[in-house]
Amino acid sequence: MDFEFSDEQRQLHDAVRGFLVKEYSFDRLRAIKRSGTGWDPAVWRGLAELGVPAINVPAPLGGLGYGPLETLSLMDACGPSLLLEPVLSSAVIATALLGAYAGEAPAAELLRAMASGERIATVAHFEPDARFDTRWVRTQARPDGEGYRLDGHKSVVPHAGLADALLVSARTAGEACDSGGVSLFVVPRGTPGLTLDEYATVDGQRAADVYLRSVQLPARNRLGPAGAALPAIEAAFDIGLAALCAEAVGIMQALLDATVEYLRTRQQFGQPIGRFQALQHRVADMVIHLEQARSMSYLASLRCTCADERERRRALSGAKVVVGEAGRFIGQQAVQLHGGMGMTDELKVSHWFKRLTAIGVMFGDSDSHLQRYAALDRSPRV
Amino acid sequence: MQLEFTEQEQSFRAQVRAFLRERLPQHIRDKVWNGDELTREDYVLWQRRLHERGWGAMGWPVQFGGAGWNAVQQYIFEEESANAGAPRLIPFGIKMVAPVIIAFGNAAQQQRFLPPISAGESWWCQGYSEPGAGSDLASLRTRAVREGDHYLVNGQKTWNTLGQYADWIFCLVRTDPQAKQQSGITFLLIDMKSPGVSVRPIELLDGGHEVNEVWFENVRVPVENRIGEENRGWTYAKFLLGHERTNIAGIGIAKRELARLKRVAAEERKDGRPLIDDPLFAARVASVEIELAALEITNLRVLSAERGSRAPGPEASILKIKGTEIQQAISELLMRAAGAYALPMRREAMEAGWQSDPALPAPGSRYAAKVMSGYLNQRKLSIFGGTNEIQKNIIAKMMGL
Repeated sequence: MDFEFSDEQRQLHDAVRGFLVKEYSFDRLRAIKRSGTGWDPAVWRGLAELGVPAINVPAPLGGLGYGPLETLSLMDACGPSLLLEPVLSSAVIATALLGAYAGEAPAAELLRAMASGERIATVAHFEPDARFDTRWVRTQARPDGEGYRLDGHKSVVPHAGLADALLVSARTAGEACDSGGVSLFVVPRGTPGLTLDEYATVDGQRAADVYLRSVQLPARNRLGPAGAALPAIEAAFDIGLAALCAEAVGIMQALLDATVEYLRTRQQFGQPIGRFQALQHRVADMVIHLEQARSMSYLASLRCTCADERERRRALSGAKVVVGEAGRFIGQQAVQLHGGMGMTDELKVSHWFKRLTAIGVMFGDSDSHLQRYAALDRSPRV
Repeated sequence: MQLEFTEQEQSFRAQVRAFLRERLPQHIRDKVWNGDELTREDYVLWQRRLHERGWGAMGWPVQFGGAGWNAVQQYIFEEESANAGAPRLIPFGIKMVAPVIIAFGNAAQQQRFLPPISAGESWWCQGYSEPGAGSDLASLRTRAVREGDHYLVNGQKTWNTLGQYADWIFCLVRTDPQAKQQSGITFLLIDMKSPGVSVRPIELLDGGHEVNEVWFENVRVPVENRIGEENRGWTYAKFLLGHERTNIAGIGIAKRELARLKRVAAEERKDGRPLIDDPLFAARVASVEIELAALEITNLRVLSAERGSRAPGPEASILKIKGTEIQQAISELLMRAAGAYALPMRREAMEAGWQSDPALPAPGSRYAAKVMSGYLNQRKLSIFGGTNEIQKNIIAKMMGL
């Protein structure tokens, strides 16, 4: 039992943190948000030089082949900067999913290009009525000549507009809620029939609703055997959920530090407002939430690839509940304790708050994970 | 980073488990699992069994007759003990006064007082709080006046836990009323059999007799029973409060009580189905279970940091607040699980083996008589050992506010 980070993990964290402190100031973040492009390719190249897009790519394909704890270090370092670039969607989740098919040419080619930062991919899986139930897939893939024809609608796909390739799940068999029958396809950008309705999300990142209308794909674009993709998709999201928790902890720490600093300097009634016990106790509650969230973030990263499904689900759903509630409390209270200033776009506080709010929703909110956790005592399957 | 304990720690856990299996009497185990009250004899018997095994004083250094366990070993022991249904260790001797005697007592005091504590031959209690000195402990007024080779002690202590069983009490007394509050306090060891000491029970909301007022009327205490120097008692008291940290979160006990809650909720029926299948109740249980899982990791992080002798931050206060909130939440859910049978307050039903009139069908389940007292009693957790509000003050101070 120990909670120390390895030298490699610390170095990764410090390198990324150092880079972002220098290259990704709050002014830079606001400028990118206003630009409407949703990212800065120069920053992405800088991150690529540090090996960020390669962390999750297997070593034989030019990657670093790291695991969840290195991802934790990375995401914790990214959190305070509110990085808009596709670290989570592409470098963590899409690589994890493609890694399951690294033996197949389309996945291997893509991974190799992703490791260098040259290409970006994102997973287009969830659909409008799914509410983050991974089994809910209605997009259809019908055999068509030598390949497939895809029809369907994927909702709020992160970084879809930046992606060179979408990893799209579609049914080759079964009904919306079946575990079997889901297949995975690589859909390159610009494929005819692919329409993106792009927008910014509340946290300033870019996403899109993806419409597939008679999208024709050759059979080689299907990864793995037909109908058997769901376990790999769920495994990739498990890694993504742990990474998201680590990012949230990085943000919460930054938000707590900023709030404490504000309470020490903001004067009212002739004294720093941090002298008032009502506010001190609020800070104490924020500290408790943060440390509990940090503990669950560690647990999530330690267990997100655990073979025992029950242990894995307990760690991940438990983490999402604790991190979600902590993010909500710390975010709301940071705005409250900053008073009117907390409401402005001018302070980073509101930006951190909005990202924490987004994180609260992603992969299912606290209530849905609480229900999943409770259900583990009754049935072996979530 | 990894969660697994070392091989030595795992084999230590196996030893503890084997010992508990062999030496923990079944009647004590049953009482703890059912939430029955333990007697003085139960506690003493268990302390003696531990002593026979060489574990009577687990955290003390070996040269003082202790087992010399580190914080991780003590954590493992407490977790296994709670799970097996062993009595909690009465902390006042082993964990509170003994470390003070070891750190600040003289050789004669160490030889005289330490061995009987480990052997379960002397029971200690605490004389800290007073009616006018709770969270503001340093405002205490119990007076000790030096007269030759003894002190004459007058005053009143309160919230004294299980003093009715105690042989000795360690007390903070005021020896210099002129000095600034913290500087006029002395740490005395007082024989409970001394003339002028009287113990009066305080009846608590659950009907139990757990705490007392202790009165001192012209009690003569030999100067040799003073720890360290006169008027330095506050320093020793603060040291002692630092030692209260071990197992402050009560993870093992909370896990055992959570298991009990799940058993009860599986037996109870709602709409003809087990209560645990009610979605709202199940969510409430899951919510506590998740908080407990997080606190367990937080606790392990603190232990791991202590192993690396990193400077302590606000962790002890976090563990205290969260640990007590969780235990209180579990006791409340247990009470709610019992439904209407949470209401009857039958003190006699708290005793092990009690049976209602055999001619009548048993009203409610066996646990139902205890869950309300448990709920009421556990309200103390957020009040004692530094109220949770005081703990929040400490956290805020550590954050630089």
